[in-house]
Amino acid sequence: MENTNDRKEKSARFSRRELLKSLATLPLVGAFAYGYYKKNKYERILNSNIISELGMNQNSIEFADKPVKGKLIRLGLVGYGIRGEQLMRGAGFAHPEWIDEVMKSAIENPSDKRYDEFIEQEDLNLQVNGICDIFDVHSDRAIAAASNNGRKGTSKAVKGDIKRYKTYKELCSSKDIDAIIIAAPDHWHGPITIEAARNGKHIYCEKPMTWTVPETYIVRDEVKKNNIVFQLGHQGRQTESYIKAKEAIDKNILGKISLIEVTTNRNSPNGAWVYPIHELASEKTIDWAQFIGQAPWHEFSLERFFRWRCWWDYSTGLSGDLLTHEYDAMNQVLGLGIPKYATSSGGIYFYKDGRTVPDVLQTVFEFPDKDLTMLYSATLSSDKDRGKVIMGHDGSMLIGETLTILADRESTRYGEKINQKIIDPSQPIYSYIPGRKNVDAVSSATEKYFAGRGLLYTYRNGKRMDTTHLHIREWIDTIRSGGTTSCNIDRGFEEAITAHMGTIAYKEGRRVEWDAEKEKII
Amino acid sequence: MDKKYSNAQLIMLVILRVSIGWHFLYEGLVKFSNPNWTSIGFLVDSKGLFENLFKAMANNIKVVPFIDFINLWGLMLIGLGLIVGLFSRPALISGIVLLALYYLSHPAIIGADYMMPSEGSYLFINKTLIELFAMCVLLVFPTSKLIGLDRLVFRNPSNKS
Repeated sequence: MENTNDRKEKSARFSRRELLKSLATLPLVGAFAYGYYKKNKYERILNSNIISELGMNQNSIEFADKPVKGKLIRLGLVGYGIRGEQLMRGAGFAHPEWIDEVMKSAIENPSDKRYDEFIEQEDLNLQVNGICDIFDVHSDRAIAAASNNGRKGTSKAVKGDIKRYKTYKELCSSKDIDAIIIAAPDHWHGPITIEAARNGKHIYCEKPMTWTVPETYIVRDEVKKNNIVFQLGHQGRQTESYIKAKEAIDKNILGKISLIEVTTNRNSPNGAWVYPIHELASEKTIDWAQFIGQAPWHEFSLERFFRWRCWWDYSTGLSGDLLTHEYDAMNQVLGLGIPKYATSSGGIYFYKDGRTVPDVLQTVFEFPDKDLTMLYSATLSSDKDRGKVIMGHDGSMLIGETLTILADRESTRYGEKINQKIIDPSQPIYSYIPGRKNVDAVSSATEKYFAGRGLLYTYRNGKRMDTTHLHIREWIDTIRSGGTTSCNIDRGFEEAITAHMGTIAYKEGRRVEWDAEKEKII
Repeated sequence: MDKKYSNAQLIMLVILRVSIGWHFLYEGLVKFSNPNWTSIGFLVDSKGLFENLFKAMANNIKVVPFIDFINLWGLMLIGLGLIVGLFSRPALISGIVLLALYYLSHPAIIGADYMMPSEGSYLFINKTLIELFAMCVLLVFPTSKLIGLDRLVFRNPSNKS
């Protein structure tokens, strides 16, 4: 009896010891939970402090999910070169060979999503009724693309009998066309827009809006007089980060802005407009006289036909081709309008291939009424990415695919919070990553690194969309439901005049002035 | 008991086990509490022999949620298991597998340059690999049946010490 009791006691003592050893590390879970709670709370307070200080909307931008429904819109296309082909895809019409190419590429490289993106692109209820391209091969390709309603590859696509117009004038006066996409060379933008507007066609025109100053006024008058829905081809208007940047500027997060720096950096023959020359191109397949149009006469030249951007005779150079994208982005974000003064410098420093337009260009625009300068700096022979930077007294903003705002070390507004260590001037106080569900100031280190390189949130959350498609869709939606486009004729007028001021300043080597009252460049 | 340790040996082994568990649990919780977290960025940044395999995973919309799920819950459960000493053996083995995958996607090979700057300098051997080997040590010097919930779970009534 005694023995059994003894054993029981022993076993009970043993159990207690046993239990203690079993549970010895359990309190550490409590310690962990406490530490985790403290760290989380610290980050939450930090985040809410910064976000409330900024007053930014924490949600990502909501876009209308579906295009506006409406009756069929019948399109005409002028120019099916590199850009014309991209625009047609944006409208939903891809060349069957392109479909083959991207299907094949998607199999070889799963990260190539071009095929999926295109197939998922909304149907805008469009029909192409006419095309006009003065090069037979391009014109043939345009017809094949325009009739590829079913978005099929070469094995299944059927080529329809879409009308080829020999001149843009015939296309513009056609009764079965409602709207025209213009992707001809720069020196043709003005004349075709004017003709289309006079015929009451809605217009999507590639940038720059015009090639000469005088036609800029006529384009504006005709588009307004004839109530045309006009969209200028700055598809950057659809970039999420630009839209969010505008919100930040409107909330005065950067304080007083004194300097904007925008840049172009490219470093390949293609980027410098040295495009390939098609093997079937000849005087027989190209309507050379029509190409020349209002440009000074030059004997037939394949180089000039395919690489027209390299000559002032047909082009607007860096000003019209690439500065305009940068300017329009800043005009969208800051509502700059036309600058008061422009000065330019640069030269042909790398591509000594007979071109007349510069391959390095710096243009400085002064906006004295807004107390700020916009500096544009471009080179076609270095790929160093310099981005777009807006500099204010309280902070600076870096705009790309993502948006990053940093507080300024010497900021008046954030000074106190910087001293209290709530704001760290070396870390973003705000970062916006397109496609992400929400916005915050304190995101994990890993996330910042990946996001800054544009690797996150492109494949999974939300759909990745082609901005060109969105820009065309906005134009089509506006034709159907009224209102105005984001890059309408007034924005186009500002863009064209600004680019012309930069070009004149470069060509004449002088400071060019804009007389806002008389609307004249002096 | 099949293992006999001195007190000092036992204490140091348990400290190592809890520390690794703590690290796993926190890595898991950080991902759990961030609704935007995804393994895509890490996978896309892969280098070395298996680079293409990991990149293909990142590009497969059907596979990514599965990888995310395994990582998130794997890290948290392994971490918790090691801290409290519950099911330590399976926890260690799965932890070793996870770490091996991390190392294979981001090996410290010559010429590999990753987006996340590392806080140290490594040649072939990095901290992921050291943590992996530390877990191997714990696998051959088990402690959870001495200090940990496994002592309760795997208690053998006839085995009295």
